[in-house]
Amino acid sequence: MNDQSPIARPEFDPQAAPAPMAMLAELTHRCPLKCPYCSNPLDLARRSEELTTEEWVRVFHEAARMGVLQLHLSGGEPAARRDLPDILTGAVEAGLYSNLITSGVGLTEKTYAELVARGLDHVQLSIQGTDAETADRIGGYRGGFDAKLRVAEWIGASGVPLTVNAVMHRQNLDRLEQTIELAVRLGARRLEIAHTQYHGWAYRNRAALMPTAAQVKRAGEIAREAAVRLKNVLVIDYVTPDHLATYPKPCMGGWGRVGLNVTPTGKVLPCHAAETITALSFDNVRDRPLAEIWERGEAFTAYRGVDWMPDPCKSCDRRFKDWGGCRCQAFAWNGDAATVDPACSKAPNHAQMREAALAEGGEAHQDAFDYRVM
Amino acid sequence: MTGAAPAAEAPPIDGSARPFLPRGVRLKFCEVRKSWFLLAPERALKLDQTGVAVLQAVDGERDFDAITAHLAAAFNAPHDRIAADAGRFLAALIARRMVETA
Repeated sequence: MNDQSPIARPEFDPQAAPAPMAMLAELTHRCPLKCPYCSNPLDLARRSEELTTEEWVRVFHEAARMGVLQLHLSGGEPAARRDLPDILTGAVEAGLYSNLITSGVGLTEKTYAELVARGLDHVQLSIQGTDAETADRIGGYRGGFDAKLRVAEWIGASGVPLTVNAVMHRQNLDRLEQTIELAVRLGARRLEIAHTQYHGWAYRNRAALMPTAAQVKRAGEIAREAAVRLKNVLVIDYVTPDHLATYPKPCMGGWGRVGLNVTPTGKVLPCHAAETITALSFDNVRDRPLAEIWERGEAFTAYRGVDWMPDPCKSCDRRFKDWGGCRCQAFAWNGDAATVDPACSKAPNHAQMREAALAEGGEAHQDAFDYRVM
Repeated sequence: MTGAAPAAEAPPIDGSARPFLPRGVRLKFCEVRKSWFLLAPERALKLDQTGVAVLQAVDGERDFDAITAHLAAAFNAPHDRIAADAGRFLAALIARRMVETA
């Protein structure tokens, strides 16, 4: 067993396109929830523009031929698509490992049973909070929390593995212990404790979401303690928020290296937030084969490998490890995606980013959200 | 290892435990990469030859002793070493909830 390290090989060419491992299929932007940190773009796609069942299935087969092993069916809320079972069958027939990323809201017991019968591999269920009042306020949808608890029961009874995904921010981070307890109670095999990524809707709401430094420190301690205590029960994935890290995360495992994202209308993105880089243009699966888009498309070649890197990235020992971090964040802060990710301690504006985040986290709180709307 | 050294560590898995791959975890041969992978929630582990052999022997029927006996015979290797290697490998997967035992 090894976690691939192709870099050690002498013939390794960082500019070449490796076979992708995973594809995120955003089946729709429609969703009953209105989470103020939604990772969808501010400009949401309409139902009439969405790829059809047949188009999705064709794309799944193209992806499988390129070497994609895992398919994440996401949204919006994927259950908002009535053809979800047929879409899943397409994924299964293409030989892909299928992961349903859902809020649980709008998923019926009948549809869920249908997905299980057709070969669903894994469910990732999001939670917005650990009690109905908080969760429903954050999700902007009354009854959402109770709906999720029901869905978690169906998942448990079906034997399909469950990952609980908890997006954390100032307004729920003090409930991390309860969040971990809830994941155990729901029978999850994995818990992803995901600090909000401040793009799109979350960027708009950062004053209401940014945690305090003390909250983040405590959260890290709780997560580490729980990971040990719950060994063999619950696998906990915890990632330090960007502004408090010393080095950037290898965003997407490197731009155009591991994964790709297809939007509801068929645009192919190197990461789900890539459209925030307004200087890039994106190919569409309606116009061009997926393999060609991945290998030669403008958006993918722009920041693949190391040739695009500025100093200090291009001479950094870590360049094959973090691949320069997040291009979207560099663009948001510097107006040019080919600059240093401010999350890196070597970035000229790292201190500024850190201070801005800490100031937002420490400000006299404004907790009101600017909810996601179509 | 000499006689003075401590005895080889005991396999961390009970001999009568029956490991199995739970729903949502499966082996897949990738035609593009010409290698075997263990697919699990949010993970795809590329397997080496030993990993493939161990997991192919994990069929939900054999207990751990039967798995190691089978591998020792198949690879013509000392049973103790096989048991230690396979035990370590499976224990790591159990900790990641990618293998379970009955």
